[in-house]
Amino acid sequence: MTNSPEQIPDSNPASTTTDPTSAAEFEGLVEPRSENRLALAGGVWHQISPKYVTVQLISTGSFLAVVVAATLVLTLLMHQLWAWIPGGIMTVILAWTLAILPRQARAIGYQLRDDDLVFRRGILWQRFVAVPYGRMQLIDITHGPLDRGFGIAQLKFVTAAAATGVVIPGLAQSTAETLRDHLVEVAESRRTGL
Amino acid sequence: MSSIPEPVDGAIPPDSSDAAAPGAPPPQLVGSPLSDGEWHRLHPLTPLLRGGLFLLVIIGVVLANLRDRLLYIFLPWLAPGVGEEVVEWEQVGGDPIDFIIANNLYVLAGVAVLAVLIVLVTVFYTSWRFHTFRITGDDVEVRSGILFRTQRRAPLDRVQGVNLTRPMIARLLGMAKLEVVGAGTDANVKLEYLSTANAEAVRADILRLASGRRIEMAGPAARGPASTPGAVRAPGRVATLGQTVGREITGLIEGPETPVAEAESVVNIPVGRLVASHVLSASTLALLVAVVAIVIGVSQGVTWLLLGFVPAIIGFGAYWVRSIVRSLRYSIAPTPDGVRITFGLFTTITEIVPPGRVHAVEVSQGIFWRPAGWWTIRINRLTGRSAADSSTDQFTTVLPVGTAADVDRVLRLLQPSLPDEERDLIVQQGMLGPTPDDAFTNTPRRARWIRPLSYWRNGFRFTDEVLLMRRGVVWRKLVILPLARLQSFALHQGPLDRASRVTNVRAHVVTGPVSPFLAAVDRDTALALFDDVARGSVRAALADRTHRWAQDEAEAKPAEGAGDVAAADAGDDVIASPTVEASVPGGDVVSGASAVEASVSGGDVVSGAPTVEASVPVTASGEPGEDRG
Repeated sequence: MTNSPEQIPDSNPASTTTDPTSAAEFEGLVEPRSENRLALAGGVWHQISPKYVTVQLISTGSFLAVVVAATLVLTLLMHQLWAWIPGGIMTVILAWTLAILPRQARAIGYQLRDDDLVFRRGILWQRFVAVPYGRMQLIDITHGPLDRGFGIAQLKFVTAAAATGVVIPGLAQSTAETLRDHLVEVAESRRTGL
Repeated sequence: MSSIPEPVDGAIPPDSSDAAAPGAPPPQLVGSPLSDGEWHRLHPLTPLLRGGLFLLVIIGVVLANLRDRLLYIFLPWLAPGVGEEVVEWEQVGGDPIDFIIANNLYVLAGVAVLAVLIVLVTVFYTSWRFHTFRITGDDVEVRSGILFRTQRRAPLDRVQGVNLTRPMIARLLGMAKLEVVGAGTDANVKLEYLSTANAEAVRADILRLASGRRIEMAGPAARGPASTPGAVRAPGRVATLGQTVGREITGLIEGPETPVAEAESVVNIPVGRLVASHVLSASTLALLVAVVAIVIGVSQGVTWLLLGFVPAIIGFGAYWVRSIVRSLRYSIAPTPDGVRITFGLFTTITEIVPPGRVHAVEVSQGIFWRPAGWWTIRINRLTGRSAADSSTDQFTTVLPVGTAADVDRVLRLLQPSLPDEERDLIVQQGMLGPTPDDAFTNTPRRARWIRPLSYWRNGFRFTDEVLLMRRGVVWRKLVILPLARLQSFALHQGPLDRASRVTNVRAHVVTGPVSPFLAAVDRDTALALFDDVARGSVRAALADRTHRWAQDEAEAKPAEGAGDVAAADAGDDVIASPTVEASVPGGDVVSGASAVEASVSGGDVVSGAPTVEASVPVTASGEPGEDRG
């Protein structure tokens, strides 16, 4: 992970070949296999840090452990048989979440085009959003204690529309900060009304 | 405190010691003496309307309950039967009045009541004294509170609209509540209450200042009202109050307020249509089903059904009457400062939506309205209220019910920049369904199963200015999205969509009743649209100048020749010269200099001629001006 501001990528493919010295980003998007998938012609997709998967595995995994433990205690020790039902459902959901997490994380990407930011996520349910820079109201960076331990952060691009929902998780902290400064600067030069 | 000019509402402050406050708006632009950049108080009857009335009601209730007792104490011969009751009460004991009488505490009780009254009146009076507002060239500011001071300032170029509400009681007293709508939740600045004449003048001033209109343009418009404050100020307050009440009662019967000679409403909704449109609705159907269910139930002997449903039906009826009464006297008309919408029978609301404050428009028609050919229009706009606020609904329904011709007229007001052929197309194809020469891009054949009923209507059309989305057969809907207001744009594709090579299209605009989305759009077309919308919305947003809407016309002129405008700004005594550099330093006329300064938005005028010459074309060429920041 470098602290150089050059890490902040622009849309020019030549300048954004991945820095070989760091594994700060995933390489290679996971996309649906079908020819009918959504795809943009051209542009470079920037991806998030693999540490995001680790952080999510730890937090979801520990939650799963708690659920399993609680279910076992209730059913085996306290003979509350009904606890199998909610416990079982939650265990299946959480296990499934854990199973698809690595692929999901590799499907998250963003592109910094000339006038707008494009964000994508999802494999089975794909979602593409284009937000003009000038529509930015504010940028939020959040990181929890676990995120801080691994040096990642989540960046949220807020517009006047609640539905925009551009939340880029798992960015290396330095990337998140440079990206924020970059976005604020670009937004300032393209400022529009509401 | 001492700097606050003494009397109030309607009165011109007796020439205060200091000159115009810093940031006072140019006097040519304001018509009301209340918008001179100084702090002013609200109407003196405000405390009465904001809680004093409640106090009076409480006093009334207490007196009514004590009536018998008072009669017995002071005028015993008028209340012959009360004596025995009092004896009974005394036996029960614990009545505070008896306690007072028994211990002969009349004076103490009187003093206590008086003290409470005095404290309350003082609190009301001081809170009124401390509640002041001012209107400067750049913003509206209100400060209030005694112990906890609040101060709220709204920048004028972010004004989303101005509402003038006249609740029933305030209306009888000739007062109105002014609300400056900001962009955000709970972001409104309220001036309640002002006398109606003042409220209207202040509203006109706020809109005029917000429009960024140049002095020379506003001149004739502003000087008219500016000469009238004498008329606004009536001789005696008590005397006028009586006249006001009389006039307002007549007004209730005769028709809505007549706002200063302004354009006629473009749409007229007959009362019959309004009532019928409520009768022909899905909720009426639900009501009928409920009634039938009750009748059947009761005839089968299940009488408790009646108890459960009767209150529900009464509630529904009340809602029904309320929503009809609210939409009565609807009118919509163009004004120089935006669309003016008025509605309400008892509580009249007049709102003005400046140009470019409409983020999405939806024309829709339920199946029950189809035989009659009625439509309704709702918009997404920033109302400055929280989503839970029930009155938000009033500010988003622009046309409660109207024919296709009415819709066309209202759209003309809401989207004035649309070319005529586009507008015809909206009515012919967007609303009434595809014609053989359909201009919309519809669902491809292979994906018809996703929209089995409405596939032939389900489509979009993209133009330089707007994105149209047409959908629905049972509930026909047409969404019109001005690209200049679009916040972001998304494509969603699930596994089933992918199997049919289609995708969902979603546009993101500010929160409101309109949700712009379209299912089952061909994948390649949608990707092309994704790029087109991205480019189009950036272009439209940069070209958009509606945050200072009247500057638009002013800036169109510099594009033709900067010199001409500068000369016009500077006044008659400046010789018309081809360049700005000649007219500004040479003329040295105050109004001319300030006008140029406003358009260039900087102190460049002072620093030298070449700078001015350089920066005027910049403003004219459509770059985002600095006044946006």
